[in-house]
Amino acid sequence: MAAYEDCLARICEILDPFTKQGHIIQEDTELVAELGLSSLQVMEMIERLEDDFDVSIPLNILPEVRSVRDLGVQLERLTNSQP
Amino acid sequence: MNIFDKFQPIATVRGEMEDIGVFPFGTVTEKIISATEGIVNGQRVILAGTNNYLGLTFDPECIAAARKAVEEEGTGTTGSRMANGTYAGHAALEHELADFFGCESAIVFSAGYLATMGMGSTLAGPGDVILLDADSHASIYDGCRMSGAEILRFRHNDMGHLEKQLRRLGDRTSNTLIIAEGIYSMLGDRAPLADIVALKRRYGGYLLIDEAHSLGMLGATGRGLAEEAGVEEDVDFIVGTFSKSLGATGGFCVSRHKELEVIRYALRSYIFTASSSPSVIASTRVALRIMRERPELRVRLWENARRLYEGLKGMGFQIGPEPSPVVAAYLQSREQALAYWSALIENGVYVNLILPPASPSTASLLRCSVSAAHTPEQMDLILAAFATLCEPKLAATAK
Repeated sequence: MAAYEDCLARICEILDPFTKQGHIIQEDTELVAELGLSSLQVMEMIERLEDDFDVSIPLNILPEVRSVRDLGVQLERLTNSQP
Repeated sequence: MNIFDKFQPIATVRGEMEDIGVFPFGTVTEKIISATEGIVNGQRVILAGTNNYLGLTFDPECIAAARKAVEEEGTGTTGSRMANGTYAGHAALEHELADFFGCESAIVFSAGYLATMGMGSTLAGPGDVILLDADSHASIYDGCRMSGAEILRFRHNDMGHLEKQLRRLGDRTSNTLIIAEGIYSMLGDRAPLADIVALKRRYGGYLLIDEAHSLGMLGATGRGLAEEAGVEEDVDFIVGTFSKSLGATGGFCVSRHKELEVIRYALRSYIFTASSSPSVIASTRVALRIMRERPELRVRLWENARRLYEGLKGMGFQIGPEPSPVVAAYLQSREQALAYWSALIENGVYVNLILPPASPSTASLLRCSVSAAHTPEQMDLILAAFATLCEPKLAATAK
């Protein structure tokens, strides 16, 4: 189990290399539209979160994920629903 | 905002390529001369990017069988396998495939894409789980998306990651379909199939292997990676294509499960399309027989594969992890890839240009596929053309 804040903090850490200098990641920062993540980079981020939280993240959630908040909500839900 | 806006990134890339006068994705083979030669961009080239692994597209027996079929049975079936589109040849090919693989039954599809997409989308459904290798072919991904199943990936050939995913699934492995490929189409590397099978035995699940690029290439009799690894009994479904080693078009699935005969009637990609033309079925049946009867084709293919792999490696190209009939050279930029691809054409060699996101990483690839039909002299010319890429002048201008 992981709290939303923990999920958010780790997502922000992973995304930090993708931000422009001086830009701070907010909950409403959009992964593709703002940070310009490619599909490959999105998948690498998903794999790192799977490792960090020992959770499986289905690809099916991706259409629902646009922002950092969306991903944090999904990650919290998955960590709480998987044994 | 209109329905065309989402295609703008493609239009931009296409425009950039046209500006520099190179558009590899619109390549026309103006004349096909043989299994290994053609005219491209007005230039006579050796074809080293066709997946024509056994070189059977111009085999006289295959051509004679196709010609006889078109004369006796017409140009097309004009109907679904489930309606009027199953001719005696389609049924015979299914029997021959089942016999070749030692399986209960086989299904023949009109395209390899329809076989992999169809099996993925139909075998698993809502409530089930698909666990696929990250480098799986687009047809597998498309099928998974259509299935309604939960889709999980494991890093390419990473057995630790596969095991973690299986462990986390717990009891749900009983309705999990694991998918991997015999030889991966971009880099030519194999799945660690014995390890995948060991994990499947430990955790449960079903296993589907796509042998599109390994049929005719691996195994003592050419049945693919499952045969080579000695794990055919543990593979639940094998899918493959006729458009590579068998030199035609179409796809298939074979299985040890008798349920495949029922699944046939749930496969939308089998039902809602016209069946393969009689000539295609006729040449495929002969090609399958030739593949079984002439193992020397496989020997020659691997001689050529090893020669190209070692040759490119010796020139300093960064290439795939193991010798294979698919040999891919990594290039760091799209500009370099385009320049090298054009230079190879000018030097008489056609290969495939693969740019992200079609490549499995951010690198671009010059992807070669060798054929049993390539002569030693043609292999010399392919290697000589690659050697010109290493000359300082071209290497510098491509950076």
